[in-house]
Amino acid sequence: MDLAYTEEEQEFRARLRAWLATVLPALPAKPAPDDWPGRRAYDTAWQRALYDAGYAGLHWPVDAGGRGATPTQHLIFLEETERAGAPYVGANFVGLLHAGPTIAAEGTAEQRARWLPPVLRGDEIWCQGFSEPEAGSDLAALRTRAVRDGDHYVVSGSKIWTSHAEVADWCELLVRTDPAAPRHRGISWLAMEMDAPGVTVRPLRTLAGSTEFAEMFLDEVRVPVSHRVGAENDGWRVTMVTLSFERGTAFVGEVVACRRTLAALAAEARRNGRWDDPVLRRGLGRLNAEFRALWRLTQWNVSEAQRAGSGGVPGTGGSVFKLRYSHARQELYEAAAEVLGADSADLDREWALDRLSSLSYTIAAGTSQIQRNIVAERILGLPKGR
Amino acid sequence: MDFQLSDDQRALRAGVRELLAGRFGRDRMRAALDAGTGVDRALWRELGEAGFFALRLPEAEGGVGLGLPEAVLLFEEAGRSLLPGPLIATHLAAGPVKGAAQGEAVVAVLDAGQPVAHLGEADALLVLGPGDGRGVPEESATVREAATVREAADPVRSIDPFTPLWRVAEPAEAGEPLPRDGRLRTEGALLAAAEQLGSAARTTEMAVQHAGAREQFGAPIGSFQAVKHLCAGMLVRAELARCAVYAAAVTADPVEIAGAKLLADDAAVRNARDCLQVHGGMGFTWESDVHLHLKRAWLRSGQWLTAAAAEEVLAGNLC
Ligand SMILES: Cc1cc2nc3c(=O)[nH]c(=O)nc-3n(C[C@H](O)[C@H](O)[C@H](O)COP(=O)(O)OP(=O)(O)OC[C@H]3O[C@@H](n4cnc5c(N)ncnc54)[C@H](O)[C@@H]3O)c2cc1C
Repeated sequence: MDLAYTEEEQEFRARLRAWLATVLPALPAKPAPDDWPGRRAYDTAWQRALYDAGYAGLHWPVDAGGRGATPTQHLIFLEETERAGAPYVGANFVGLLHAGPTIAAEGTAEQRARWLPPVLRGDEIWCQGFSEPEAGSDLAALRTRAVRDGDHYVVSGSKIWTSHAEVADWCELLVRTDPAAPRHRGISWLAMEMDAPGVTVRPLRTLAGSTEFAEMFLDEVRVPVSHRVGAENDGWRVTMVTLSFERGTAFVGEVVACRRTLAALAAEARRNGRWDDPVLRRGLGRLNAEFRALWRLTQWNVSEAQRAGSGGVPGTGGSVFKLRYSHARQELYEAAAEVLGADSADLDREWALDRLSSLSYTIAAGTSQIQRNIVAERILGLPKGR
Repeated sequence: MDFQLSDDQRALRAGVRELLAGRFGRDRMRAALDAGTGVDRALWRELGEAGFFALRLPEAEGGVGLGLPEAVLLFEEAGRSLLPGPLIATHLAAGPVKGAAQGEAVVAVLDAGQPVAHLGEADALLVLGPGDGRGVPEESATVREAATVREAADPVRSIDPFTPLWRVAEPAEAGEPLPRDGRLRTEGALLAAAEQLGSAARTTEMAVQHAGAREQFGAPIGSFQAVKHLCAGMLVRAELARCAVYAAAVTADPVEIAGAKLLADDAAVRNARDCLQVHGGMGFTWESDVHLHLKRAWLRSGQWLTAAAAEEVLAGNLC
């Protein structure tokens, strides 16, 4: 059990810190939540800055254009960027954390050369077209059809909850290529251009008032067969290989951010006098234990990945983390509302919008119920069933 | 950074598990329960020989020379196996109290306002100073002879059949000052958290084992989601507590130790309760081991550092 960072790791941290100190003050102001072109420009400019400084795709393999960093270096990167208040991965999320790693792991040399460099440079944005109106938790029930027509697939159907669809260039799309096969065996993974004829995007408004995701209607969209990654009908496996990456490291920086928020909540409670309420104060103390432990759990998972020599955090450890973290984040913003008192009804107050967006954490990227199924069946080995 | 057990630590844990399985397996544990003997002196000496108490004493003083991370692994195993006796106090007393390191002496702990566990069998008592759980030196921590305190103490019918309790009127006048660095309360809290962790992990295994074996409606009850999700929740609690306890052992930071105790108490108590629920009527019997875990977990929650005190330490750290 060693929590100390090696000399190399400390040097890596110091260099990163120094670089952040030079670039962050020069960043433009953050765009408004509903200014999508502005958000895209902001997020991609940050990705470009990372690329130029040699930090893009840190955890990707070298032969995919990445830096081949160790899981610990990646952890340090996420910790330091968050601590310095650097921009979040934002619209680059799917490209960097799912579609990219999938192409890196399963794509041909040509496909890697075509799609990976623009993701790393921040030139192209990806979105994830998995969920459908009738296929959410039960993703394998997806119905969007792709019919072969020469060297193209003709795709028809609809997708829903597609984050960043408005600004994406590409969509990693799961389609059914063999309706007669068992559910998991008739699915293929396609890269679809978002400006292809037949693609219609209709933004959906979230309960927070902004349009974070969209519905996507696909009407005989032609996708070249060469845009399929992996074999035909092997898309389920292709997708699952990298899905754990999303759960493993996507929230690491956020734990750091939550600890900062918690300290700010305590300061605000001191200021407005609510600190004197022992129930509230002790609740904040309990959250301190919770987020400290979540950080240790992250270090545990990363160390495990490092020993195993794998590129990402194992999916099962990721599920344990995601279950507890998503719940803790919601508790944090409930505590924020208590600290704010009547002011929590004012959407312009800090934390009010975060409280709303925290509600999606137990749903997106696999609901808590689905995560519990995964923990029970894959870690504890309990039998499948209803 | 390599926040995983080292090979030596794995070997140590396996060794202790083996020792306890051989010397305090389920049959002996239940026999000890039926006999109502609190501390088995022969076993105590064996634990002493195995280094249970002298683990952290420097080798020059006849100890094993290991640290808190190793101690935490030992106490986790003790918690798993329901090993009774004032293990933590005796471990903390190794060095200053003659015979403690070797398991020749049984040392209990007196914390003002709390019943004293195993007073009847103890040779000596660690008397904790008030302390604040933040590592502020407990200047008044002392050692006393158990016999004199026992004269003015009343036995309590303890909720935990493995832990006899005594009500002590008032901490009597000072005994021998303790030549330690005043970290008794925080270290005690960490080791108690480790025992809670061991118990929480064990009740998770018991629940999963039962859920896979017991059938109702023609299927293992573990295939029903309501049961499955209870088990998943138990694992999540135990694993989060594990990371908190291990990290606190590495840093020895009093705030981190407070967090570890809080989460481990929670994991031990709630996991034992969920384990009881998964066992159905069997879980409510004396014959099942579930109640032994729950009762001990309840007691430990009130010892060394309570939830209220831990939360205050953790809140104070935010400002
Ligand atoms: C903010 C946000 C962003 C998202 N972004 C994307 C995206 O970019 N791309 C994309 O493809 N998808 C995205 N999603 C979709 C997300 O993956 C799904 O919402 C999620 O998988 C749940 O599916 P569902 O909404 O259809 O709910 P359902 O599957 O209908 O679930 C409804 C309820 O039933 C429970 N339930 C369902 N099945 C079971 C079961 N077997 N056992 C126990 N309980 C069960 C669920 O836990 C839930 O409580 C996003 C969602 C959100 C909230």
